[in-house]
Amino acid sequence: MKVTIDGHEIEVEAGTTILQAARMIGGDVVPPAMCYYSKLKGSGGKCRCCLVEVTKGSDANPTPMPKLVASCVTGCMDGMEVKSKSSDRVTEARKAVTEFLLINHPLDCPVCDQAGECDLQNLSFEHGHANTRFIEEKRTFEPENIGDKIQLHMNRCILCQRCVQVAEQLTDYRVHGVLNRGDHAQISTMVSAAIENEFSGNMIDVCPVGALTDKTFRFKSRVWFNKPFNAHRECTTPGCCGKVTVWMFGNEIQRVTARKDEYHEVEDFICNTCRYDKKEVSDWTIEGPRKFEKDSVINVNNYSRKLEKVIINTERGILMGRDEDRKKISMAAIDYNKKIDGTEVKQ
Amino acid sequence: MATSIQNISLSGKKKQVSHKEMTFWERLYLVAIIKGLLITIKHFFRRKATIHYPEQVREFSPVYRGKHTLKRDEQGRENCTACGLCALTCPAEAITMKAAERKPGEEHLYREEKYAEIYEINMLRCIFCGLCEEACPKDAIYMTISKELVPAQYDREDFIYGKDKLVMPLEVAMANTKNLN
Repeated sequence: MKVTIDGHEIEVEAGTTILQAARMIGGDVVPPAMCYYSKLKGSGGKCRCCLVEVTKGSDANPTPMPKLVASCVTGCMDGMEVKSKSSDRVTEARKAVTEFLLINHPLDCPVCDQAGECDLQNLSFEHGHANTRFIEEKRTFEPENIGDKIQLHMNRCILCQRCVQVAEQLTDYRVHGVLNRGDHAQISTMVSAAIENEFSGNMIDVCPVGALTDKTFRFKSRVWFNKPFNAHRECTTPGCCGKVTVWMFGNEIQRVTARKDEYHEVEDFICNTCRYDKKEVSDWTIEGPRKFEKDSVINVNNYSRKLEKVIINTERGILMGRDEDRKKISMAAIDYNKKIDGTEVKQ
Repeated sequence: MATSIQNISLSGKKKQVSHKEMTFWERLYLVAIIKGLLITIKHFFRRKATIHYPEQVREFSPVYRGKHTLKRDEQGRENCTACGLCALTCPAEAITMKAAERKPGEEHLYREEKYAEIYEINMLRCIFCGLCEEACPKDAIYMTISKELVPAQYDREDFIYGKDKLVMPLEVAMANTKNLN
């Protein structure tokens, strides 16, 4: 099937969603996604960040779709034409969605441990407004303890339900989910059970905001002060790949996370033993520094990357001057008893 | 004269030195000495260009940048929440900090649930550019309210200013509150 997104044509298989097709193209046309997670089945369709405009339904039925559609749950049709970044309607809609997501989101980025790698921060930076129009009280929840490894900040939650899907699909049984409805909807555990499953730590990684954060890393450091390194170890837990990113400060491992790709989705899920219990450098085989997008705050003050030497391709004479002229800059080489033309100076 | 490197004045300031013989009065040097003394004496009666710092302090411009202050709010709580943006923006990498969680019962000391347990500025590295002030989202760090410059010290260690020197004294915060009301 042939799909055109923002003028880029791509051949995809049947059943591919528009978002997946856009990710195959990559670059600017990829719509932002807060709830969709390619590694989790059934995710997507909740946050409405990935709205796109379908200007041509398909070759068979070329009428455009009247409303903007969520690209993460809309399948591609043969000959479909989609506008993502090039559409003003989409830009406007994303701005509105961002504003809605931020309605109840507290403005506590300076306190939040997710700041610097937060999808909502990126979204509001790219699509949001600098000011808020919301003057009402923000919705707040009582702080709740869901175990000694994961910190839950329900106030920051945007109800993407990725964490619920992690629990559903990665662990044997899940003890948490969405309680209540509408404005009162919240992520919580039934009767205050602790989340203790071996793969539960992955919900920290999948959380797009700072609602679920690592309690062992709580307030320890800001993410951009740490240096991320790829590392691996032989993990005996079934299902754990053992490939992680360790965040170092000096010689100290501050925290361990799964490796995230360019869309901030983990490449492979890791177990809690890797995440919480292996914080010694000797536990890991360090592969090398982890690279991040060029404009990521994590790269600030990071000088570990090799810089390419700048080569200016121009005539050597323009850059350096004539050889005989350059020699004269050295005063020692000048014979004061001779004139420039070489004749002797008469005393 | 033929053009040679000796005769060209590239800077235009080249002067020919004259070896003229001095006259009698010039050889006495008396006139020159008295002339010089008059200049010296004239400066006794002029206004002094220097002041006795730190006993005397010059008036600060409203936009001066001096010693940093970590501000307290109207209730005397520390504004700083150790978000690290000042350290991130600091071009001289002069600021370091360590965050800690506020414990129950400390609500009157710190405004947010996180606070800076250690906050240090290396004044030898600081270039007083004011970017930390600009970056601060919590209205915490200011370079203009201390009305102080960073004084000279004998030891390098003395230039590392901790929270003891940086946080606004409680009395000042109280006085500020009174001024508001």
